[in-house]
Amino acid sequence: MIRMSSKNNKRNIGIVALVVVIIAAVAGGYYFSTMSSSSTTSMMPVTSTMPSETSVMTESSIMTSASMSETSMASMTSSQSSWQPTVAVQVLAAGATFPQPLIQKWTVTYNQIYPQVTISYSGIGSGGGIQQITAKTVDFGASDAPLSNAQLAAAPGLTLFPETLGGVAITYNLAAFGIPSSTVLNFTSSVIAGIYMGTIQKWNDPALVALNPGAPLPDAHITVVHRSDGSGTTFAFTNFLSVTNPNWASQVGFSTSVTWPVDTVAGATGVGGKGNPGVAGAVKNTNGAIGYVDLIYAIQNNLGVGAVQNAAGNWIVPSIQTVLWAAQNATGTPNPADLRLHIVNAQGPQSYPIATYTYLLVYRDMSANPNTDLAKAQAIAHFFWWAIHDGQQYAPALDYVPLPANVVAADEQLLMTLNYQGTPLLP
Amino acid sequence: MQAQVEKVRAQKRARHPDFLHAILVVTAFALPVIATLSLYALLNGSVDSIQAFGFGFLTSSKWIPNPPNGGPPILGALPAMYGSVVTTLIALLIAVPISLGIALFQSELAPGKLRLPSIFLVELLAAVPSVVYGLWGILFLVPFMSSNVDPWLVGSLGFLPIFSGETNGLGMLTAGVILAIMIIPYGAAVMREVVTAVPRAQREACIALGGTKWETMRMAVIPYASTGIIAAVVLAMGRAIGETMAVTMVIGNVARITPSLFLPAETIPSVIANEFTEVAGNGIYLAALFELALILFAIVFVMNLLGRLLITRLAFHGKAAHDV
Repeated sequence: MIRMSSKNNKRNIGIVALVVVIIAAVAGGYYFSTMSSSSTTSMMPVTSTMPSETSVMTESSIMTSASMSETSMASMTSSQSSWQPTVAVQVLAAGATFPQPLIQKWTVTYNQIYPQVTISYSGIGSGGGIQQITAKTVDFGASDAPLSNAQLAAAPGLTLFPETLGGVAITYNLAAFGIPSSTVLNFTSSVIAGIYMGTIQKWNDPALVALNPGAPLPDAHITVVHRSDGSGTTFAFTNFLSVTNPNWASQVGFSTSVTWPVDTVAGATGVGGKGNPGVAGAVKNTNGAIGYVDLIYAIQNNLGVGAVQNAAGNWIVPSIQTVLWAAQNATGTPNPADLRLHIVNAQGPQSYPIATYTYLLVYRDMSANPNTDLAKAQAIAHFFWWAIHDGQQYAPALDYVPLPANVVAADEQLLMTLNYQGTPLLP
Repeated sequence: MQAQVEKVRAQKRARHPDFLHAILVVTAFALPVIATLSLYALLNGSVDSIQAFGFGFLTSSKWIPNPPNGGPPILGALPAMYGSVVTTLIALLIAVPISLGIALFQSELAPGKLRLPSIFLVELLAAVPSVVYGLWGILFLVPFMSSNVDPWLVGSLGFLPIFSGETNGLGMLTAGVILAIMIIPYGAAVMREVVTAVPRAQREACIALGGTKWETMRMAVIPYASTGIIAAVVLAMGRAIGETMAVTMVIGNVARITPSLFLPAETIPSVIANEFTEVAGNGIYLAALFELALILFAIVFVMNLLGRLLITRLAFHGKAAHDV
């Protein structure tokens, strides 16, 4: 009775295997049908086909900016193409998850052009990237937030430069109250700060109604969703609130992870979601929820997004175009000696105010890292050069914003200083 | 001839033990050594935090890793410890009776044709990866709790502080429910083994005295198997308190101590999973996460120790009663 015959056993194992396969198929199918298949960003570089050169450039102004940067440095680019790898090199890199699909696209494409250079990038988070490049266990790192002075001091010789940029979108769920996600609600910095500080707890708060006279805002509780894990998205979001709102700057500040007042204020409900999917999922599941996600994630999942008032006083809906305008209009010329750029609340009538660059981290003298030999260093420097020029064309197809020309120029100056024991790596 | 064979066998036996002995000793000591090394690594990693916060780390409920004024982080483990204990208790409250019911059904009541399929289905639950439970939690359980279970609890038991406040499905109750589902197969499997192992004579004696099926289970089977059942509870508890991925996805991740089970909270593993990747270049913050891991290590260790003590004590009693 207790012992089962081996025949029985085999049959049962077969049944179990069948059940497992069915469950996996149903769950997988359901998941991919609810979240659009492109949301699994880590798979994108594998599944997405190579965009042809023409189809990538859809928006004319992006074309202009990209071609501007290409033409301005055409002579240098051509001089770079003379470099050819002589030995096979394996480059290790790790860091932020936000630029991972783009960086993987680059590494795959670069490997097709230069088959001897294999670059493997692991998206382990900005903090992990900083940690590993500081510990010199990877050849280069990546971080969404610019490094603090203390972090730079901990890794002497480390330098960083922006490789792409992204916006942060405000998303909300009021469908149950008759406001579909296609309705664009207006937000100001002070209203967003009020919601995330727990002082605005109802959707029909006078401050929100005043911004959205046409919308039937309900007498409903606001569930406020934020990231629970540290992230560059949180950095950009809190950076914007700190720059525009002194109250926020003194009580909360900005960082990759902050202590959210809304979590502990009586009567308010703060919720932390892990990653963009966690935030989007919590917003989607909760009537009356608001949250912030990477623009790329909002676009790919067709989330409804709100318009945010920019420095010029206009209501701007986030898009690749409005984030690019913000980057182009950000005040001041980037200084190659310190490329930690802040572009939140940028000037310009059409600039979207919540945006941030994401950075690659490398030792200026690459021999500082014992794992990096000369051949590797040459390949890395050349790959960087390729990424900020040719690589930028792949950004729009993956919903990233290509670098504006002035930042490409500043990046170029920085890359020219990369060296190996004093010998420049780029001519 | 026979003696010859015996002699050869004895020689073989004499030779093999040495080799076997060495392997067994090494494997037996490997695990304690690994556990000690990881304890050392945790202690080593958390030195900064222990020095900075001292005992206050266990009693402070503030969690400010990046203060706005740029000062040193202010960190306390109490909200995470509270969330871990509460979610584990909810999970045990739900899972222990269900596991016991499953075990009794499978060993005592189920007809032969139903028994094996039932065992396989329950064990299938144990094979599901926790991240899958987490996805299921976000996509199904959270909306289900927020639209069905939570409003019902507020309506009928809303006067209790544990069932008050705003409900949105993300919180300790949902985390406890998902944990319960995850630990049921472990509890049920161990409980079934111990219940099945109860000697036939024990049952027959009760039946002979005129006991019904239920009385036999209650008076003859469960008391005899109680030590094993407690062992199963301890095993399930260890699994629940260390569970990370599924909990992180449904608990709401907020450093807050609240009586309401509906509100978001956090557990020790969820804090570590959330914050570890972005913690670089911040010595005390990183050390605090190590100290959280150390606390978890200590909690699980103490729980297992208590479970062991309980088992040995009950084993004595059970044996004494049995002998009489």
